[in-house]
Amino acid sequence: MQRSYEVMFIVRPDLLEEDMDKLITTLQGHATTAGATIQNTEKMGKRRLAYDVKKFSDGQYVLFVLQADGKAIHELERRLRVSEPVIKFITVRTDEEKQRLDKVRKLREAKVKRPPAGSQQAEAAESTAAV
Amino acid sequence: MADDNQEVSTPSPRPQGGRPDGPRPDRGPGGREGGGGRKFFRRKKVCKFCVEKIDDINYKDVRLLGQFVAERGKIVPRRLTGVCTPHQRRLTSAIKRARNIALLPFAAR
Repeated sequence: MQRSYEVMFIVRPDLLEEDMDKLITTLQGHATTAGATIQNTEKMGKRRLAYDVKKFSDGQYVLFVLQADGKAIHELERRLRVSEPVIKFITVRTDEEKQRLDKVRKLREAKVKRPPAGSQQAEAAESTAAV
Repeated sequence: MADDNQEVSTPSPRPQGGRPDGPRPDRGPGGREGGGGRKFFRRKKVCKFCVEKIDDINYKDVRLLGQFVAERGKIVPRRLTGVCTPHQRRLTSAIKRARNIALLPFAAR
């Protein structure tokens, strides 16, 4: 079953730009062969870490947004664990959150649309409800 | 005692990681007498996420999450920040995720 995930990982700070690109492309290749489709990759740049990880106090953050099933994610995580320059990673499942957000947005839109159709009373009632 | 005066006068209910001397609605008028003739003006705290209509509490948004983390890295309780329960729940999980990926500290210093 395909779900949407975000995989964020931290690469050691002393890795060169070209090596980093190479690492990202190889990881993407592994992910796609495992059955994932990558929707977006973002290099979030160098950041100070909130605490030391493997004796590094800085790190380069990379974010993958992908559509995958559990197996592909498992494989990608294994690769991340094995690959030496990656010092930390996290996988977050985003499909449920996305669904919830869509629902909330729809509800809000419906609420916004209602007042012009109704009279002033409806608006007044809403403003008191907001307080 | 001096700093709770400050907290009342700040325009927004910012978490300071301070003591629970902030507004506590169930105390009611008792607060007026307790402080030795000092007057308390308690504004009703409102949930930042409800007011600003922030639906998505994302673990990547360190700027936002940082407002709800005390100096030592602790999550500030609801009673100090005024965040509503459903939002606090999401906020907590977001902060914990951010900690996991070293965006926020587990314990600072």
